[in-house]
Amino acid sequence: MAESFSHPYIPNSVRKIKEDMMREIGIESIQELYEDVPQKFRLKRRVNLPNTTSEHDVRKIVEGLLSKNKTSLDMPVFLGAGCWPHYVPAAVEAVVQRTELLTSYTPYQPEISQGLLQALFEYQSMICEITAMDVANGSMYDWASALGEAVRMAARLTHRNVALVPEIIHPERLETLGTYSEPAGIRIESVNYDPETGQLDIEDLKEKISNRTAAVYVENPTYLGFIETQVEEIAEEAHDHGALFIVGVDPTSLGVLEPPGEYGADIAVGEGQPLGNPMSYGGPLLGIFACRDDMRLIRQMPGRVVGMTTTMSEGKRGFCMALQTREQHIRRERATSNICSNETLCAVAAAVYLALLGPKGLKELGETIMSKAYYAMRVLAKVDGVRAPMFKAPHFKEFTVNFDGTGRTVREVHRRLLERQVHGGKDVSKEFPGLGETALYCVTETHSKEDMDRLVSALAQALGRES
Amino acid sequence: MYRQARWDEPVVFELGCEGRRGHVIPDVEEEIRRMTGDAIDLLPEKLRRKKPPRLPELSEVEVVRHYTRLSQMNYSVDLGLYPLGSCTMKYNPKINEILARSPSIAMIHPYQDEETVQGILEIMYKLSRWLAEITGTYEVSLQPAAGAHGEFLGTLIMRAHHKLNNKLEDRTELIVPDAAHGTNPASGTMAGFKVVVVPSDENGCVDLEALKDAVSDRTAGLMLTNPNTLGIFEREIEEIAEIVHEAGGLLYYDGANLNAILGKVRPGDMGFDIVHINIHKTFGTPHGGGGPGAGPIGVSEELERFLPVPRIGFDGEKYYLDYNKPHSIGKIRCFYGNVGVLLKAFAYILSLGAEGLEEVAEVSVLNANYLLQKLKKIRGFDIPYAENRPRKHECVFSVNRMYRETGVRALDVSKRILDYGMHAPITYFPLIVKEALMIEPTESYEKEELDRFVEIMRRISEEAYSSPDKVLNAPQNTAITRLDEAKASHPKTMTLSWRMHLKRAKP
Repeated sequence: MAESFSHPYIPNSVRKIKEDMMREIGIESIQELYEDVPQKFRLKRRVNLPNTTSEHDVRKIVEGLLSKNKTSLDMPVFLGAGCWPHYVPAAVEAVVQRTELLTSYTPYQPEISQGLLQALFEYQSMICEITAMDVANGSMYDWASALGEAVRMAARLTHRNVALVPEIIHPERLETLGTYSEPAGIRIESVNYDPETGQLDIEDLKEKISNRTAAVYVENPTYLGFIETQVEEIAEEAHDHGALFIVGVDPTSLGVLEPPGEYGADIAVGEGQPLGNPMSYGGPLLGIFACRDDMRLIRQMPGRVVGMTTTMSEGKRGFCMALQTREQHIRRERATSNICSNETLCAVAAAVYLALLGPKGLKELGETIMSKAYYAMRVLAKVDGVRAPMFKAPHFKEFTVNFDGTGRTVREVHRRLLERQVHGGKDVSKEFPGLGETALYCVTETHSKEDMDRLVSALAQALGRES
Repeated sequence: MYRQARWDEPVVFELGCEGRRGHVIPDVEEEIRRMTGDAIDLLPEKLRRKKPPRLPELSEVEVVRHYTRLSQMNYSVDLGLYPLGSCTMKYNPKINEILARSPSIAMIHPYQDEETVQGILEIMYKLSRWLAEITGTYEVSLQPAAGAHGEFLGTLIMRAHHKLNNKLEDRTELIVPDAAHGTNPASGTMAGFKVVVVPSDENGCVDLEALKDAVSDRTAGLMLTNPNTLGIFEREIEEIAEIVHEAGGLLYYDGANLNAILGKVRPGDMGFDIVHINIHKTFGTPHGGGGPGAGPIGVSEELERFLPVPRIGFDGEKYYLDYNKPHSIGKIRCFYGNVGVLLKAFAYILSLGAEGLEEVAEVSVLNANYLLQKLKKIRGFDIPYAENRPRKHECVFSVNRMYRETGVRALDVSKRILDYGMHAPITYFPLIVKEALMIEPTESYEKEELDRFVEIMRRISEEAYSSPDKVLNAPQNTAITRLDEAKASHPKTMTLSWRMHLKRAKP
């Protein structure tokens, strides 16, 4: 180590200080502290990494790289599918940048961490309000891993090993569910859908459900954007067979859409990213996990959870982590999950977001999104050869657009749109071959009429021009 | 004397008044409104929300004030020493926050066409190569969202490895030392293994004889952190690796303690087959009160095929996402990882460079050994294992003697530290130490701050032996005094949401 090296992040990288400290320890050189590292394994060279870089240059390099990306500021982007463009209010950013929250850790010492604990308790409580569930945990990694944990929890509770899921489900969510379930010996079976409406085929559900079914899972809105309208029937079917009913939600729909707690859900999961968190190329996300007030369920819940309590001496209200005996640091191999760090700051952002919107704002958000999405569907459907949406069902913010009638593949259409500075939806034709050349489009409150009109005119041009 | 803010801040549901709003949603254009009518009519009656959620109604002003007040009742790295062992609470550079908030990352969608995201793909590709170089592994996946998520992925890879060799049915046992982090056994169980615990020897390291007895043709692998949770380097690592590999098992490196060995020794070179990295520990990204972090894993060449899809490729001109990996274990989450966090690690590594990262390791070890030497002179503070061996990133003390002599426990010492305006170490871990205080100073604190910590500990010891009530009744200077944590978990009093609170409050 060069004697002159002193880095702004390392206050003790000063020769004099090091010498003082070494004297205290009784060593001549820091290398003595590494003497128990076998000679054989010690790295004889410097790791092959860039040289130390000034902050100015770090900024220049990173911003230079980032400037190669095109964002939704450069072109309208109509992508959703599990990560959605929503506006993040300035007040949300301001709160999560408070370094008291940003640079703290899991509140192991509650008395000096009340701020974070209360904010998390409020997050949990607001998730309960919007989902109409009673208990929510402090967060999971994302919707997909929350679903994986929910199905494992259902299997533990019911001592059964089959989970029924809809055929229309995000393929990455399904794959994640498979990864989480397989080691626990849980089998995942898909339930068909009605090709006209996309709705779950109840007859198929009835055929597949049995006394081995641990859970029935549905999503509302579904992966392809429409609303599943038979949720009460599905809940009844699940409960009649002693299975848990798990519902996956997009929380931005819950100002207008009936929440899972009102139609019999035992566990609600979902993606909280749209509540005040940027897309950031798909992460960090925010896994929502909530359940009913039932000790059987609560004891099996994965993840960290904050509870309200009182001080020992004055009985004053305060907050601390609760039910830690379910967790890995205490229960070890018998823990309900291995989760430790989760997505706390994203949960705080969601709390601030929901506090800003309130019940009316959340309803307006849902209405605005639906109005815009319906407008987009209608103007797209007018384009020659284009069908939107494919399913006869109410939709929320995403919808299928089919190009079979245009003689072009989604891929071709997509390329031609991109040339015109418009980014189309997600190509789902390989995921659901039965749907033909179909893409999944997403419209939120951030899309203006101008954006959608631009999409339609770019599409008309793209389809009109011969290549 | 330290005084934390003590706002008498209501729960958000108790604030506000009907009609206030904190945010206005963009308008729906008139023409759209004319075409679609009332949005709510687009939903069938039975699916419309009947009871609005009971969210508070607040102005932006009140929301900001509320959460700012809460933030003032929260200790953090930017306020001072945060010596939680194995948590590596180091400084989180400000520039990285500015970079991660740039619209050029915040506003890009994971399914965007590859040609529109070349910048972020390049960053992720390079970061994965840097992490492979730092850990001495062949290939890195950036996907896990946290260290424990990386452990889950790592144990799934062990599973996939044995499955491919048609050995999964036999390889059912995962070995974990008794001093291991709790996530290790929990991850092993999640991946379907039976966890076998091996004891530590008198030096606090893996007991080689016990390990030899534990391995068999049922062994899937061993999870180990090195340096271990006592801060001691497992110098018999070569033999440990040999024992596990000869038995046909894989060696997993828990990267929670990687900070101490950056640029000094690499897990891959020591024989580890799978390594996870806690980005939020070692690479300076903020812990955010418990996430978001990131927990990439690196693997040997043989195990590379099992990593989750997509992988990031580079063909010499363009970066791309590669889904064509038939042996991949699949997905452990949606998309590609906590990219917003990973970007900060990229900037961190760039800032420090090779030389700086080695300096990080050396100074973090210097700081830990400095505290070890200073604190051991304090009455009631004993070093439980291998007193004369140097520590790496952290040191562990036992205050069991103090407890016997004064009735003051590790928990009480911790609570009293808060009164002096510092955060406490991890208490009661590792489990092999009675009344443990596990202290990791990292490289981020100046000697003066470390000396203040030593002085605080000395005073607490004095108090314990002269006026123990001061310690037993701590904390007094924090936002709130000692909490009844048992009450929070008791089925009769458990209150996990405002809704439960209102239900319980009803007569």
